[in-house]
Amino acid sequence: MKDYIIDIQHLSKSFGDKKVLDDINLYVRRGEFITLLGPSGCGKTTLLRMIAGFLKPDEGNIFLDGKDIAGVPPHERPLNTVFQRYALFPHLDVYDNIAFGLKLKNTPEDEIDKRVRRVLKLVAMSDYEDRDVETLSGGQQQRIAIARAIVNQPKVLLLDEPLAALDLKMRKDMQIELKEMHRKLGITFIYVTHDQEEALTLSDTIVVINEGKIQQIGTPTDIYNEPVNAFVADFIGESNILKGRMMRDRRVAFIKHEFDCVDEGFGEDVRVDVVVRPEDIYFTTDPAKCQFTAKVNSCTFKGVHYEMFVDTDTGYELMIQDYDPYPVGSEVMLYIDPDDIQVMKKERTENKYSGKVTSEGTVEFLGAEFECNTEGFEVGDDVTVKIRFEKVDLLDHEDEAITTGHVEFILYMGNHYHLTIRTESGEKIWVDTNDIWDKNDFVGIKILPKDICLEKVVTANE
Amino acid sequence: MNTKKFFAKLYIWIVLIVLYAPILFIAVFSFTEAKSLGNWTGFSMNLYKNLFTGSMQNSSGLISAVENTLLIALIASVVATLLGTVAAIGIFNLKGRKKNVMNFLNNIPMINPDIITGVSLFLLFVFLHISQGYTTVVLAHITFCTPYVVLNVMPKLSQLNPNIYEAALDLGATPMQALRKVLVPALRPGMISGFILSFTMSLDDFAVTFFTRGTIGLDTLSTYIYADARKGGLTPELKPLMTILFLLILVVLLVINIRQSKVSNKK
Repeated sequence: MKDYIIDIQHLSKSFGDKKVLDDINLYVRRGEFITLLGPSGCGKTTLLRMIAGFLKPDEGNIFLDGKDIAGVPPHERPLNTVFQRYALFPHLDVYDNIAFGLKLKNTPEDEIDKRVRRVLKLVAMSDYEDRDVETLSGGQQQRIAIARAIVNQPKVLLLDEPLAALDLKMRKDMQIELKEMHRKLGITFIYVTHDQEEALTLSDTIVVINEGKIQQIGTPTDIYNEPVNAFVADFIGESNILKGRMMRDRRVAFIKHEFDCVDEGFGEDVRVDVVVRPEDIYFTTDPAKCQFTAKVNSCTFKGVHYEMFVDTDTGYELMIQDYDPYPVGSEVMLYIDPDDIQVMKKERTENKYSGKVTSEGTVEFLGAEFECNTEGFEVGDDVTVKIRFEKVDLLDHEDEAITTGHVEFILYMGNHYHLTIRTESGEKIWVDTNDIWDKNDFVGIKILPKDICLEKVVTANE
Repeated sequence: MNTKKFFAKLYIWIVLIVLYAPILFIAVFSFTEAKSLGNWTGFSMNLYKNLFTGSMQNSSGLISAVENTLLIALIASVVATLLGTVAAIGIFNLKGRKKNVMNFLNNIPMINPDIITGVSLFLLFVFLHISQGYTTVVLAHITFCTPYVVLNVMPKLSQLNPNIYEAALDLGATPMQALRKVLVPALRPGMISGFILSFTMSLDDFAVTFFTRGTIGLDTLSTYIYADARKGGLTPELKPLMTILFLLILVVLLVINIRQSKVSNKK
């Protein structure tokens, strides 16, 4: 417990109706390089701003060195931030920008001088002290922003997408330098990024956040090799995410084939999600090793490897990365190692809502009235509504739609798409479809009466 | 092509002459002694001499009017600059509809005719039983100057890096220190132009001053000249005074322009 420099407990934050962070629990070890990773709008920057003190949490506590820092204003927190767009002071030169924090603390002049020169050397900007900050390039400004923060010797350095504005080459160089700086300084780094590659390269620990919730915490290798759910698998690296069925311990079926795996404890005949990384599907010429065959559909050179899409004999599309190309149209034999199959518990198996029977033949849920068979129910009954993913029809117009929504998240599952739709009522509906939709597409939602399944709500005293 | 160029130049010259002829007229006739306007009785510096030695009629009235004008303009523009800057920061940090509404409300006093501003302030002061005089004139000038400061500071705020204030807090500055050491220096150009604009607006205001100065005989330059002109012709010494004022403002403008171009050259 003692070595946690930051301990976050049950932290929640809402902006208006929107819950940005939902019950975040996280601890940061002293000296660690921890990365908050997630798509834009997932709440990662909000979390960082609450640690820095620019935002107050609605609920929960942040402990720094074991002390609750709720009442401590930002200027009294022993933390420093490197901002996304540097936020250097335009009216001060490089030297005065870096000395800003030290001067406020009334540090003696010669001490300031020594420390400024030391950090300038650390960020390799020694000859720039008299320069006007606006004459510097993006990468140079970034170095000054880092120098300005670390010169104060903070207990924790917060970095908010510091490399996002730099070009690729510069970003790669700065990543290496940041890692090196972290090693030299021994300060705890909390780094926010949406770039999964950056997170994998830099971090000791990655915290994957989506929709205000922590999805997974782990080392880069853990997160990459053993994603806990489809979101993490899809977000980190390339992956084939497929529907599967756990036959028994160490035996899983997907793409209509059965495979040995290493996962246990899911039970027998249980529906699961399966992740196979594209570099973990191997080509073979040995019929004894072959687990399934496929036809190469496309082959693209990616620098180090070739990226191929193949159609399996059972009609699934898989992505494969290999050092050797296989000609388009050729039949290939493939196998997957048991170690490389990642089995994940299914987060959901069908759509489930609480609704109300509004009249004979109609039920209300998702903020709309749907027709369905209400036999056996009274008007006014509270019911649980269940709809299978593939039974939801998406329309590109609202004429025949019962309610509407926007496509929020798309997952390709080998032979169909699994979409997350945010409805007008703010709820989610999950849909399996063969049609291609784009993110943020406007969709009409229609469900046939026979596909809506009603169940009585069982109250506690019954 | 040549005729086209000729007409283009001619046009510019006509516009310039129309714009500057009245000022030039006053400047030229400030160097002659004639009492009535438009009479040239030979070159003379006497009007200037009279102006500065005080040997003109009602010289003390003029001097106090000039003093009043400058003091009112100075107080009003300093206060308006402070108020306007704070207001601009506040409006800038509003979101969506509220921000648009506040911007709109800020713009109305600027398009509102001076005479209406003057009369309504007059009525307000009467309603509040504030005795009219120096204070009410200063208050009135602050009122119509502040929106111009807001208008000048706003663009500087939009250019500002949104994290700059937080960066200062993060480095250990208290909110006051962050305002003083980071925000104000970054907004200074906008504040200066707002201040200068306020100062000149206050200097040449007539309508608002006229309605808010009350009956204690407070005169600014504009009300003094108005009263003087109505009392049977303009006092001749006002011509050199106006010429000097014009030159002063010209010099100030030149200095500002040169300074600004120097700053932008540096970058």
